[in-house]
Amino acid sequence: MGNMNEAVQITDAKKRYSAGVLKYAQMGYWDGDYQPKATDILALFRITPQDGVDAVEAAAAVAGESSTATWTVVWTDRLTACDMYRAKAYRVEPVPGNPGQFFCYVAYDLSLFEEGSITNVAASIIGNVFSFKPLKAARLEDMQFPVAYVKTFPGPPTGIVVERERLDKFGRPLLGATTKPKLGLSGRNYGRVVYEGLRGGLDFMKDDENINSQPFMHWRDRFLFVMDAVNKASAATGEVKGSYLNITAGTMEEMYRRAQFAKELGSVIVMIDLVVGYTAIQSMSHWCRQNDMVLHLHRAGHGTYTRQKNHGVSFRVIAKWMRLAGVDHIHAGTAVGKLEGDPLTVQGYYNVCRDTHTKVDLPRGIYFEQDWGALKKVMPVASGGIHAGQMHQLLDLFGDDVVLQFGGGTIGHPQGIQAGATANRVALEAMVLARNEGRNIREEGPQILRDAAKWCTPLAAALDTWGDITFNYASTDTSDYVPTPSVA
Amino acid sequence: MRITQGTFSFLPDLSDAQITKQIDYCLDKGWAIGIEYTDDPHPRNTFWEMFGNPMFDVRDAAGILMELNRCRQTFPQQYIRVTAFDSTHGTESVVMSFIVNRPPEEPGFRLIRSEEPGRTIRYSMESYAVQARPEGSRY
Repeated sequence: MGNMNEAVQITDAKKRYSAGVLKYAQMGYWDGDYQPKATDILALFRITPQDGVDAVEAAAAVAGESSTATWTVVWTDRLTACDMYRAKAYRVEPVPGNPGQFFCYVAYDLSLFEEGSITNVAASIIGNVFSFKPLKAARLEDMQFPVAYVKTFPGPPTGIVVERERLDKFGRPLLGATTKPKLGLSGRNYGRVVYEGLRGGLDFMKDDENINSQPFMHWRDRFLFVMDAVNKASAATGEVKGSYLNITAGTMEEMYRRAQFAKELGSVIVMIDLVVGYTAIQSMSHWCRQNDMVLHLHRAGHGTYTRQKNHGVSFRVIAKWMRLAGVDHIHAGTAVGKLEGDPLTVQGYYNVCRDTHTKVDLPRGIYFEQDWGALKKVMPVASGGIHAGQMHQLLDLFGDDVVLQFGGGTIGHPQGIQAGATANRVALEAMVLARNEGRNIREEGPQILRDAAKWCTPLAAALDTWGDITFNYASTDTSDYVPTPSVA
Repeated sequence: MRITQGTFSFLPDLSDAQITKQIDYCLDKGWAIGIEYTDDPHPRNTFWEMFGNPMFDVRDAAGILMELNRCRQTFPQQYIRVTAFDSTHGTESVVMSFIVNRPPEEPGFRLIRSEEPGRTIRYSMESYAVQARPEGSRY
């Protein structure tokens, strides 16, 4: 832990504030005896100090640079209640099995943050410190928000419970698909795919993250054709149906315009991309709350900073921020599909979205308790390279409150899109029925699917086409506390 | 057409033995079961008639199946669903709902499009059965 004489706060005010450079620990950003207050915001960083940099001093630097510090002593601190404003690194421990990495816990006083602003939280906690030279790498692993702060956010405009009540869909995961190809379809052709998917048995179709308003399909054309498809499918099945209309645009004004048009056409849901930014997300959340709209968030771009374990921000933190910011759906991984995510870590993200009270769960990467203060629940979305043959795994991993999205697994069906949708819906209902009957779907799942395929030709064709497809690669983002089991 | 509302509408109609297992699942979870019926299956018709209150105090599947069969005898031509309610804080809503009786003929819905300026279309839908006859004698 380095030279303990150096890692102690200098309490003599004259020495502490004489001009010059001190260690961050000496400035008061390390307090190994600190007991976090119930109203503190807590953050856990994984840090990799440069060679020769003491871990405690590195932790103090993280606390300093994410709160009040600058590189040198400033006398103007003495105009403020600076002892309170200083974040305190209070615990440093080596990361199991990763030499050179340390977990560092930092406590922040509630007064450091603006109420109801994820943008402000982000600017503070990840604003500067990730570029800090004495660290080779840093990663924000988890955060805890006191209920006092949680309550400054309205949270999801709809939430899982109300979404289900509006859609009249209970007791099973919802089913969706992303319209493919992502780019190039005209509005009329695009609406065709939407109709076929919904008519065949899906609850939702979805725009992809980069479908905005391109030369091949103006957004108004898309909205008009898609809503005709949604209503026609609803009349054909007697079910409420929806299609996430992506209202992501270059300005807030344009996003509001698109949202308004979606509402006028009777859509139950609109969609935005994570890349619009936290402020835009919160603004759209307020709009959705005013207009009885479900808000779907595609996590476009997150992989640039969530995937590598040594540097960036864990997706569990993004999921917590987005629940506070107020989205109703969030893409949270599939574990078994084509995109990154080990099963336990992904379950951790799901729990953060759906718990009323999250408990510490190290194997799932949850380092802090979190009381959600009756904030509504976010529906996680599993999307990316999943198919009907994995239904037992998906239901076993994620339970009922999830949207399972089979894009290629619907549209690529050899007998057509409707058949693809029907295969997924039958597989899902058969699996839920079997689980509820007490059968062990993890073991018996493939047999349950084969039995349903005996009377459902589309399911038989889906299993023949994709039954053996797996994406069994090692995950990069895994728990440090258990060996990671393989999926297949 | 076959209306596909409810948890299991894509499966062949459930037998009483299958329904009993689903009820057992709900009761094991501590949920209360209600029986609801209607002859207006519009997807936005939330409030089907209750065949009595949810049976908070009936904790065996046989008792609930008996009520269900009474409902079937009274309204053999109507849609009947089994609905489970979870009173847990943070849910306090319906958690399962599946159709256990439906009319032999399901004529489906007419989609009505009203054209408005700017290519906008207003949509509404109406059950053919609802159009034809008053409540209670539609199927």
